[in-house]
Amino acid sequence: MTTVQPVEADVWRALSEVPDPELPVVNIVELGMVRGVTVEGGQVRVQFTPTFSGCPAVQVIRDDIRRAVAQLGASDVQVDTVISPPWSSADLHDSARRKLQQAGIAPPAPAPSGLDLIRLEAPPVACPHCGSTDTRVTSTFGSALCKRMYVCQHCREPFEGLKSL
Amino acid sequence: MSDPALSVAQRNALLLRLATLADDELLLAHRVGAWTGHAPILEEDIALANIAQDELGHATGWLELRRTLDGSDPDQLAFSRDASAFRHSAITELPNGDWAFTMLRQYLFDAWEALWLDAASRSHYTPLAQTAALALREERFHLEHTALWTERLALGTPESARRLSNALEELWPYALGLFEPLPGEQPGIDADLLPDVTVLKERWLMLVGGHLQRLQLTPPDTAPIPRGQHTPHLGPLLAEFQRVAREHPDAAGW
Repeated sequence: MTTVQPVEADVWRALSEVPDPELPVVNIVELGMVRGVTVEGGQVRVQFTPTFSGCPAVQVIRDDIRRAVAQLGASDVQVDTVISPPWSSADLHDSARRKLQQAGIAPPAPAPSGLDLIRLEAPPVACPHCGSTDTRVTSTFGSALCKRMYVCQHCREPFEGLKSL
Repeated sequence: MSDPALSVAQRNALLLRLATLADDELLLAHRVGAWTGHAPILEEDIALANIAQDELGHATGWLELRRTLDGSDPDQLAFSRDASAFRHSAITELPNGDWAFTMLRQYLFDAWEALWLDAASRSHYTPLAQTAALALREERFHLEHTALWTERLALGTPESARRLSNALEELWPYALGLFEPLPGEQPGIDADLLPDVTVLKERWLMLVGGHLQRLQLTPPDTAPIPRGQHTPHLGPLLAEFQRVAREHPDAAGW
């Protein structure tokens, strides 16, 4: 009897087919949510970092990771949560930024530096439809914890954008 | 199970503070979440649902930290404790009131929480520092939202200013009470494991007091209402909050 044991590259490939449930146009690897993978024999450990601490998709993603890796023939899959350093919008791969933009979701602007606890102005983002930076936040919050709502004052289209963290 | 580097007094100080943090967030998340489907406009409905989710996420973080210190079960603590065992400030148990009350409570609480988290992110107790750093990033978005609403209401119409001013009158002593030191917390502060709330209070008064002053709002000159003093609203709140878990104690998963 032969057992198939996955190698690390297989695991990364499988994980890059796991979509984010709330942003299904991108996968969890290009979102920067996978911090590391270790394979020892049939045992696989995945270091996973959530974007927001209250993200309701986390449990779904953890189950999806287990399922995707188990399909490679791993006997045991462990998903460890890593919260330090916290996920940052700078962790997004270029491919994710491109796909988000194509889906009409503005990729995040660079996170603002400085320690001001109260900010009344959000960092400017470009409209994913026309590219204008003449945009305005219409709400700090959107359809998922990681998103907020904007309107483009140039082409008049409303759009969602990823928060800068 | 317990961190061997901590003395008994330090560990107890951490447990004490974690209990207050988790309970504040659990109850506030429940209150804020009750706006879902009832907020004045869809965007605000969504915003409050987001804020409630964040606070619940923070509560989970504190309860998980507590689990590593004393082996307690987060679900059991949230859903099976009686009112007398809760350690939150009464500011989080007060009913939602009107829009001004909800927004101002959230603003005063967010500012306290953000300052606490900011200081705790430099804690010498690494698990606490990491959890605080994560939550702090989220709290800034709350503040962005609630500070703006406080401005809108203060500078909006005479009616919105009147409601905000009434809310400030009622909320201020509870908000001050957030900064009352916990008996037993000092060993944690001395070892740089926990922030000193009396220092935070100065920062909070500068930040929030200064902001309110610019909006022509004067907080009342009242004594703090410390933690541990509760209102008749707590019982009904917990009955609703814990109802499903108590009716279905064997339910597993989600």
